[in-house]
Amino acid sequence: MNAVQDGVTARVMQEGRSALLMQAVTDLLIRKGLIDAGCLAAVRREIDTRQPMLGARLAARAWTDERFRELLLTDAKQAVFDELGIRISQGPEFVVVENTPDRHHVIVCTLCSCYPKAVLGLPPEWYKSFAYRSRMVIEPRAILRKFGTEIPVGTEIHVMDSTADMRYMVLPLRPRGTSHLTTDELAALVSRDDLIGVTVPRDL
Amino acid sequence: MARADGTAVPPGKLLDIGAAVRVASRFPNNGHVRTPYYLRGKRGRVVRYFGVFLDPTALAVGAERPEACHLYQVQFEYDEVWGPALSEPSGNTMIVADLFDQWLEEMT
Repeated sequence: MNAVQDGVTARVMQEGRSALLMQAVTDLLIRKGLIDAGCLAAVRREIDTRQPMLGARLAARAWTDERFRELLLTDAKQAVFDELGIRISQGPEFVVVENTPDRHHVIVCTLCSCYPKAVLGLPPEWYKSFAYRSRMVIEPRAILRKFGTEIPVGTEIHVMDSTADMRYMVLPLRPRGTSHLTTDELAALVSRDDLIGVTVPRDL
Repeated sequence: MARADGTAVPPGKLLDIGAAVRVASRFPNNGHVRTPYYLRGKRGRVVRYFGVFLDPTALAVGAERPEACHLYQVQFEYDEVWGPALSEPSGNTMIVADLFDQWLEEMT
């Protein structure tokens, strides 16, 4: 058994059948010349640069700049380009929904695992789980409680099921006690889960 | 998934924001369908219009000329979808999904 086979075996043990299948299909596509290995590596590198901090910056800027907030809520792709220099030109659309004292949003994809990768990177494992995807539309308050999030009874919960071409991000409520903070300091308060809507940034 | 180019004209009539709609109660047994089972046959309200997109079911099989469709954001009241539940306070939980017009029937 050569080193490559050893590596493949280790990978199967670790990640199981689907990882092996993906590797085999990838290799086949490269060998048939349908995709290019260099191009694939470039896409992987690009994905690695996408992290929740990008989404956090959008939120913090929206809290401190009313015109930017409006742009983010009406033309999120343009807002992403203005603030982050990232052009979302192909693939799914990007939409930001705003939490208010009367309305809390939470994102799910019941059909698969649609997620705003352009600004949040790869989704967490639980987001892709069958349990989260099926239960979030049935008992959102109970699921939010599992994340330690208690939404007041009088606040509407809007469960956003990303069933089509839209990828959603939540603009959380600005935490209280933060009026003295800079945009960078505000961004540091925002977590990935706040941008999915399963948690909210804590008041200072 | 793809936004249609400016020349594509969907066959369906444009729905107004606020229009009452019912999701078609169709159950095709194959294909890449982006309308969740749990919403089929349920009544909701159009809350946002996104523009013209290509039919995902046709795109998924590499169709050369996928149909152009209007894409809407539709809001459903929790009780309409699931019935009253102990875990959700009545009347203030909404489920919002993006649906293509060929799945929506306007209610009059």
